Amino acid sequence: MAKVIVMTSGKGGVGKTTSSAAISSGLALSGHKTAVIDFDIGLRNLDLVMNCERRVVYDFVNVINGEATLRQALIKDKRCENLYILPASQTRDKDALTKDGVERVLKELAADGFEYIICDSPAGIEHGAFMALYFADEAIVVANPEVSSVRDSDRILGILQSKSKKAEQGERVKEHLLLTRYNPERVEKGEMLAVGDVEEILATKLLGVIPECSSVLKASNQGVPVIHDEESRAGQAYSDAVKRMLGEEVDHRFLTPDHKGLFQRLFRRSA
Amino acid sequence: MSFLDYFSHNKSQAASIAKERLQIIVAHERSRRDQPEYLEALQKDIMAVVRKYVDIDTDSIEVQLERNGDYAVLELNVMLPD
Ligand SMILES: Nc1ncnc2c1ncn2[C@@H]1O[C@H](COP(=O)(O)OP(=O)(O)O)[C@@H](O)[C@H]1O
Ligand SMILES: [Mg+2]
Repeated sequence: MAKVIVMTSGKGGVGKTTSSAAISSGLALSGHKTAVIDFDIGLRNLDLVMNCERRVVYDFVNVINGEATLRQALIKDKRCENLYILPASQTRDKDALTKDGVERVLKELAADGFEYIICDSPAGIEHGAFMALYFADEAIVVANPEVSSVRDSDRILGILQSKSKKAEQGERVKEHLLLTRYNPERVEKGEMLAVGDVEEILATKLLGVIPECSSVLKASNQGVPVIHDEESRAGQAYSDAVKRMLGEEVDHRFLTPDHKGLFQRLFRRSA
Repeated sequence: MSFLDYFSHNKSQAASIAKERLQIIVAHERSRRDQPEYLEALQKDIMAVVRKYVDIDTDSIEVQLERNGDYAVLELNVMLPD
């Protein structure tokens, strides 16, 4: 049975695409056949983050319109054996995504043996975001520790609980909170919402905390999902989150400032 | 200045202010979300009717639906000017 997971947030620029690339790669590295779909019609960013932009021939909308087969449009990832990317189209017509069309593609992926289908949602709460979440079994709500992002996350949770297909059937989408761009130094100074605050306000189970990390920019510049950077804190935090998705109990890391590192740095400088 | 004051001086209040504001706005939005969609339209209609007779502000009318088991009570609160 394929699991459809939407990466959603309401607010833009919080890390949905970064997280979609990292988590889908992590699931594939763990041996699960995974597809990641870019629902951000008109913008299309996932292909860049995953370094397959020059291999895009057909896209999601082409498949929905019957202009290409799913097999023709899926791009096989060069790093992970089990990972396939379905890019967004650059058409301006945002209504190109239809419920029937999206459902058909998801069913075909499931029939093809995909175990995880990650839907990278566009920002907002309009049509595209709705299409990305409508068929979800689970939702990863991506938030930053900042007021407008947390408020938008709560709105998205409300939509998941009332407008998704699962909700219409009287069931519930399983929700996870992924807090990204977390800065423990600023939290300690009282300048930034702490992970516990966000958890309390949203009352959603925490999947992971991804620290603010320069490795993320480096990774997207190179087109290598940050989870492949095993040295980086963000990469390790994403790996932990994937393990939790697969049922492992893993303690949260990088929640407090790296004081030891600071002292070492000071010491090194004075040495 | 006491020892504790020193710490509260150093520690920013930004996060706790943010948390408080969020708790209020999120609670407000959730209570609205749980209401049926027609309630807002109903509120506007009632407003138009009342305004035929008394000049009131938009926030002088409160419409709320409270569910009690198998029945619901529509509560209408109109604050009239003196
Ligand atoms: N943990 C992080 N640390 C530093 N920068 C990040 C982190 N996560 C995301 N970013 C940056 O934030 C920006 C927006 O991320 P993106 O994944 O495109 O967000 P979204 O898809 O939600 O719009 C990008 O420039 C990305 O590199
Ligand atoms: Mg994006």
